[in-house]
Amino acid sequence: MEEAGKISRYLYTVIVLFLIWLLLTASTDPQELGMGLILSLVIAAFTYPVFTTRGLANLHPKRIVYAIAYIPYFLWAMIMANLDVAYRVLHPKRPIRPGIVHCKTALKTNPGKLALANSITLTPGTITLDVDGENYFIHWIWVPDEVFRAESDEEHVEKASSNITAPFEKFLKVIFG
Amino acid sequence: MNVLAAVGEILVLIGTFFYFLSALGLIRMPDVYNRMQTSTKSATLGSLGVMVGVGLWALGSDFGSVAWFTKTIVIAVFLLLTNPISAHALIRAAYKSGIPLWEGSVVDKYAEHLMSKTEKSEIVEKEGDAE
Repeated sequence: MEEAGKISRYLYTVIVLFLIWLLLTASTDPQELGMGLILSLVIAAFTYPVFTTRGLANLHPKRIVYAIAYIPYFLWAMIMANLDVAYRVLHPKRPIRPGIVHCKTALKTNPGKLALANSITLTPGTITLDVDGENYFIHWIWVPDEVFRAESDEEHVEKASSNITAPFEKFLKVIFG
Repeated sequence: MNVLAAVGEILVLIGTFFYFLSALGLIRMPDVYNRMQTSTKSATLGSLGVMVGVGLWALGSDFGSVAWFTKTIVIAVFLLLTNPISAHALIRAAYKSGIPLWEGSVVDKYAEHLMSKTEKSEIVEKEGDAE
């Protein structure tokens, strides 16, 4: 993964910090804006090496559009996840069939892997147990038949990946590259 | 009382319902892994509902202002980003400290993966000794 220049990474950190300041104060008083700008310049000088590796390239319009489109998609998946959990908790027979399955991902960057792991944890019946390179180990509350009865390891990985990681990857590939 | 306040109140009600489900899931599930499943998901969505609901409620009534809404949005986003990471750390620590899966569990690919990894490292060590 190529690294952006120092100035681009620094500016990106300043922009993110200043946006958070704007939301936290929710005022457009010039004094508050000036103080926020000074503080974000100082803090960004200390923290930009750990904060980002790609700098302003994160603000590419296509990435922003995909990120905005991802929000409702993700929230919808999260609401469905909670209705699913509600069904399993309230059902008298408690229909669970848990297991740890193995998935592979096509994402390359670390922020992308983090976002995928977070998305998996918050969506139906799955929680990320460990990430090792491109391998994801996921605790699944209801392992479906097609994965459970898979004959070889490759088939298992393929079925599990198409069920869990594939729906998010098409967004996250564009957002995080 | 206007539309925004009403929507906010409904969101808070839904959020508390999911809080209740999260607590019930802690009681009903058989092992630590399934408990983490129910508690993480329901508690996160419940908190989101309550926080965004309070923000909208404050927008719609006369004691609040826009500052309430933006602050609740910031808190909700931070919670949404950090909650799954804490769940992941807890469940991984539980697995590493040897807590067994529930007896009804069907597959455990992670154990196989760990076994194959230790085998590989042992082979490498033996080869290193031979040299």
